[in-house]
Amino acid sequence: MSNIPADANEHCPGPESAGAGKAAGCEGCPNQQICSTQASGPDPDLPLITQRLDQTHHKLLILSGKGGVGKSTFTAQLAFALSQTHEVGVVDIDVCGPSLPKIMGVEREDVHRSSNGWTPVFVSDSLSLMSIGFMLPDEDAAVIWRGPKKNGIIKQFLRDVDWPPLDFMLFDTPPGTSDEHLSVVQLLRDSGISGAVILTTPQEVALQDVRKEIDFCRKARVPIMGVVENMSGFVCPGCRHESAIFPPTTGGAQALCDELGIPLLGRIPLDPLVGRACDFGESFADSAPTSPAAVALAEIVKRIESLV
Amino acid sequence: MSHPEIGQRLASIKHVVLVLSGKGGVGKSSCTVQLALSLANQGRKVGVLDIDLCGPSIPRMLGLEGRQIHQATAGWVPVFADSGKQLACMSIGFLLPNKNTSVVWRGPKKNAMIKQFLADVYWGDLDYLLIDTPPGTSDEHLAVVEYLQEWNPDGAVIVTTPQAVALADVKKEINFCTKVGLPLLGLIENMSGFVCPHCAECTNVFSTGGGEGLAKHMDIPFLGRAPIDPNLVMLLEQEDKTVVPNVNNPDAEKIVTGSIVETYQHCELSKIFATITATLEAGLGETK
Repeated sequence: MSNIPADANEHCPGPESAGAGKAAGCEGCPNQQICSTQASGPDPDLPLITQRLDQTHHKLLILSGKGGVGKSTFTAQLAFALSQTHEVGVVDIDVCGPSLPKIMGVEREDVHRSSNGWTPVFVSDSLSLMSIGFMLPDEDAAVIWRGPKKNGIIKQFLRDVDWPPLDFMLFDTPPGTSDEHLSVVQLLRDSGISGAVILTTPQEVALQDVRKEIDFCRKARVPIMGVVENMSGFVCPGCRHESAIFPPTTGGAQALCDELGIPLLGRIPLDPLVGRACDFGESFADSAPTSPAAVALAEIVKRIESLV
Repeated sequence: MSHPEIGQRLASIKHVVLVLSGKGGVGKSSCTVQLALSLANQGRKVGVLDIDLCGPSIPRMLGLEGRQIHQATAGWVPVFADSGKQLACMSIGFLLPNKNTSVVWRGPKKNAMIKQFLADVYWGDLDYLLIDTPPGTSDEHLAVVEYLQEWNPDGAVIVTTPQAVALADVKKEINFCTKVGLPLLGLIENMSGFVCPHCAECTNVFSTGGGEGLAKHMDIPFLGRAPIDPNLVMLLEQEDKTVVPNVNNPDAEKIVTGSIVETYQHCELSKIFATITATLEAGLGETK
């Protein structure tokens, strides 16, 4: 990926080059001080990460510009579904709000350290998870970290974790387009990202942020596998009528996908049972296999499997 | 480090309130907007500062998309949401070339932007400055607290949804406030229930009561419970804010008002938020 910031001078030598911050063209650049004080050259840990992950086949990022659209819920349910037939690992890089330990029902587990590195927490034989949630002294502790420290822990999750050979590695990300996203893309530069699955809800306020995320993927050269529209429509358990809690006033994800030329992977309706499954750390496909949300999810999982 | 330039700006502002939540998508921005609209309706002068740099939603919600910030000798002039200039707004959304542009910034650049918002915006006299934040407990939050600390901001309003997964993140945010010494003004439980427009049955989409329980447990004033209101969602979504949304009966005659402040008063939720702001103002020692 090109790391040259948008506001850099015209003849920017690249923030990772040896002359970063010191070249003649850097004079007066707003980023000059940052470039000249950080270590130059490629990150020495990149080969180590590439080596760690050379047994991992597909790396998928679960992204969304907006918070609370269901990134973690979808990641967990996708992981549960894929782990029926594949080896799956999940990396939770939402450092400030790790939800996966709870959603996957392994809340009070600990990460063990061995000579090979940290052992991830196994949810089942074929499903492992790494999250900062396992390392906090108590569940209420806040992780008040600025960017560099967050980048440090993400690097450790990739470099120092003894991942078993995996078919799929899923990355659950925080909302936004900032430190965590840049870091994971940069750290996986050599080992390659298979694609990003972008989540959204149908209303324009969410789609706005998702457009930004798509722009980020294009800037960072992350291939986009498709968009999943979550919480699309709500079926009242009383009268079975469907109503739009988050109305697609601008055509929802379908219009966005048409506009930007991205496949729509599917729509998952809002179902109170999904929320409950998450609160209790269960696989939704197991606890309510016939519900419309579970059927939609199974369709999407099939499409993702066929795409990789 | 002292920031006298920020102090000068804040001197003409009576109350500075942050709106926080550890979790994303619980309605920080929509609660901020509703607090602002309720306060403006009661005759207060309100400023809304959107420091969610990667996902600014306030311009769309207030119907200010595509508007520009003007540079005056006194500083950046915020964008006003009504003709009476009761409600001012500042967001990075006004500075982006188009709506697809992403802001891919690491911490230091975000901090600099927030500092500029605090130091350079010419708010004038305000009763309230509401600051809408991104989810999490990271750069933006540390930056805004650090810059405001010496000027004693009034505190934070926490927004949560009732389900356990959200509460876990919100507890972290509350701990963040305690750690940095930011007073907690209260907690709003948002999206607590959805009233089916067909059968009027209330479903607790994201369960219910969790926010009130948390407020009690953490010893924070509980400001109120706001259900999901499709009309409010529509109001925040639609581009023309002067038309009163009527989701259940779209063919009914349209009611047109003078500004978003008036339109909001036609939404059911405005009553709940009137109570919430009254509780909040009482906590801040303001009386009508």
